[in-house]
Amino acid sequence: MKVKNEMRLEFLSRSQNESFARAAVAAFAAQLDPTLEEITDIKTAVSEAVTNAIIHGYENPNEMVQIITRIYDTYVEIEVIDHGKGIEDIELARQPLYTSKPELERSGMGFTVMETFMDQVEVISAPGQGTKVRMIKYIGNEERETERE
Amino acid sequence: MLADWKRKGDILIVPLKGELDHHQADKVRDFLDRLLEDASIRHLILDLSDLFFMDSSGIGVFIGRYKTISKRGGQVCITNVNTQLHKVLELSGLYRILKKYDTVQHAVDGIRRVSV
Ligand SMILES: Nc1ncnc2c1ncn2[C@@H]1O[C@H](COP(=O)(O)OP(=O)(O)OP(=O)(O)O)[C@@H](O)[C@H]1O
Ligand SMILES: [Mg+2]
Repeated sequence: MKVKNEMRLEFLSRSQNESFARAAVAAFAAQLDPTLEEITDIKTAVSEAVTNAIIHGYENPNEMVQIITRIYDTYVEIEVIDHGKGIEDIELARQPLYTSKPELERSGMGFTVMETFMDQVEVISAPGQGTKVRMIKYIGNEERETERE
Repeated sequence: MLADWKRKGDILIVPLKGELDHHQADKVRDFLDRLLEDASIRHLILDLSDLFFMDSSGIGVFIGRYKTISKRGGQVCITNVNTQLHKVLELSGLYRILKKYDTVQHAVDGIRRVSV
């Protein structure tokens, strides 16, 4: 499908940028005229991916996190990218309750939240190379479904 | 984001405000832990009326405080939970350890009923 609009955002890996990042993506995605619930789902998923880049990917506040958001006819695609330490076992990392940082009171639910709130989540990562989380959310599905009925 | 907490007997009532993400979580955790140093507190009510957003960072904060309170034989209750918060809380299974009430008063009544 053809890209209708695209936005790129880069910011330092500092926790105070988390709220800015999720608000910016949500504001951009608003072009698709999502429901309030769809917007909140996107915000929550972006918050998870950005937080992961900051606490697991980099573990220091002086690196760059990148977000690319693309708008298509019926969905939004969001990539959250870090060039940090990467994930050794992606399947294990995605399991509910798995965390490598229990001492920081992490609950290991971040990927589960992303998977539940978005329609597709793809994780591309390699140790020492960084991590890209690519998420897709279809907007306005329910309406189309009721139209078909 | 914090500040105006209240005591009712052995119950500590704390309103959480704004957005509970990783950035805010550290502050909320420190604030609550400082208040919970008072060993006469047995139960905790977190009033979420003005909390608009949380992610998994909030889950960690809630579980951590639950551990402290449950060692004292107390309960942790949450009140005025909006739809976004509810979705995250439900997904993470937190309702198995946290009790949800409509209002702070209902939570106080609920705690008193159980622990007389
Ligand atoms: N960007 C990343 N770079 C390196 N490792 C990551 C990254 N994202 C996730 N991980 C790894 O995957 C694990 C699971 O991530 P997930 O977000 O599900 O849980 P968490 O961040 O540990 O806890 P929570 O999100 O509930 O606070 C992390 O503990 C970490 O080991
Ligand atoms: Mg996480």
